[in-house]
Amino acid sequence: MAPNADRSLLMLIAGVFGLLIVASGTGWAMSRRFTTGAARETVANINLRIRAWWVMVLLFVLGVASGTTWSILLFGAISFLALREFVTIAPTRGGDHRALVWSFFIVTPLQYLLVWSRWYGLFTILIPIYVAILLPIRAALTGDTERFLERTAITQWGLMICVYFVSCVPALLLLRIPGYEGQNARLMFFLVLVVQLSDVLQYVWGKSIGRHRLMPAVSPNKTWEGLVGGILSATAVGTAIWWATPFTPVAAALMAFVICVMGFFGGVVMSAIKRSRGVKDYGTLIEGHGGILDRIDSLCFAAPVFLHLTRYFYAR
Amino acid sequence: MTGRAIASLCRLVCGTSVQWHCNPYAATQRIYFGNHSSHLDFIVIWSALPSPLRQRVRPIAARDYWERNAIRRHLATNVFNAVVVDRGSEGLSTAARSAKVDAAETARATTAFIAAEIGNTYSLILFPEGTRCSSGRVRPFKSGLYFLSQARPDIELIPVCLENLNRILPKGEALPVPMLSRVIFGAPVPVAADEDKTQFLERTREAVMQLGDHHGAEC
Repeated sequence: MAPNADRSLLMLIAGVFGLLIVASGTGWAMSRRFTTGAARETVANINLRIRAWWVMVLLFVLGVASGTTWSILLFGAISFLALREFVTIAPTRGGDHRALVWSFFIVTPLQYLLVWSRWYGLFTILIPIYVAILLPIRAALTGDTERFLERTAITQWGLMICVYFVSCVPALLLLRIPGYEGQNARLMFFLVLVVQLSDVLQYVWGKSIGRHRLMPAVSPNKTWEGLVGGILSATAVGTAIWWATPFTPVAAALMAFVICVMGFFGGVVMSAIKRSRGVKDYGTLIEGHGGILDRIDSLCFAAPVFLHLTRYFYAR
Repeated sequence: MTGRAIASLCRLVCGTSVQWHCNPYAATQRIYFGNHSSHLDFIVIWSALPSPLRQRVRPIAARDYWERNAIRRHLATNVFNAVVVDRGSEGLSTAARSAKVDAAETARATTAFIAAEIGNTYSLILFPEGTRCSSGRVRPFKSGLYFLSQARPDIELIPVCLENLNRILPKGEALPVPMLSRVIFGAPVPVAADEDKTQFLERTREAVMQLGDHHGAEC
């Protein structure tokens, strides 16, 4: 049996696969019912997304259930691919080349190495302090001062979002929570499940009863109905699986709510970046979803807050 | 074997997405000509081709670069099967220059040499700008493409647009930043008999530029 596969985790995994089966069944039924026009397009896209979900869930479950090292490698790879998409659409110049080589091949592996070596102190300050100091020095030494402030912001923020924030997910494995030793994989599962379900449910509520546009300039598809319905129902799911976490049901509800709200704003901010660069998606890696950064935008903002709150209130 | 590995590695590092506006599998002889901004350009086009076609395509390679050391020479001759030529006038050996060889004469000789090398079998990959342009824009084309198309009007001219490679591996850098790149193969450019050289070169250059939005061109 895989190291992290305790009974509660297995139940969570079974639940997620149950959901996927229901989703695939519904998708199949919808594809038989809507056979013309725009509805057909939408259903085809939904089915593409569901198929991609199967792959993503399988990868995530395999990573999480295979133990700490594999979880860290999985999120390290996600960070690398996300940073790749981020830098591709952000306007950097020749003078940033060395700083970017360092970001990909030194900073990213080092951040995950720190998670792996359980050096929490340096993990929290590597990118916000040392990288924030070193990379502008490297870029300034090239003598290229054109748009220097903007370019420095791009590199730093790319690393914060794609590497620092994402590495907060496997960093949950470092927390020492009394009475919860060796079970932290479930915290990762809780976070990822709630934040992604919140995305999906906001989409479902929005598509079915959404009327009032929330912020057409940033995210034209988001509606008030989708937002409220999605966040409430995902919070309800988070509350219902409190038994897998170190939280009481009330605390689990609050945590899930915070995760959903942070996730929502993560999506909004990442959309604003896309709008400002005039692109629709960050990439084409995940069919039906866009790039990897389109899929994890909400996770990026929810993970650091969840890590901090859990550590502050629960860890020793 | 080595070729396949190099192609996969290249697609992985450069995150290349490929778009075709012509039939990728056509068995006709072709000249793929593209904008040149990085050492990766040739290998990215080469990796983007379907693998059976890769056996029948040869790059035109500058002698001063590809024969500088043993590894490059091995790659050029054994893996990529390159047609190695001297670059325009700046690439000419001192002996040739002192012999005061007429530029048009050299061009004609080079064209004849390339035409003989590809025979009725091979396609070509070439960069008509002659050298890499780091700004992301496209320089005026040199005459080689014109002479080739006049000598062999039966060969299809396929414009190729390469995006983002000057950001992945700019001039003078050794390590790539693994950003995502894009290769767009355009529809064949028709060849008009007896077309004026300047007009032809401008038309083919337009064909390359129109394919992309030259994202990142401000660099």
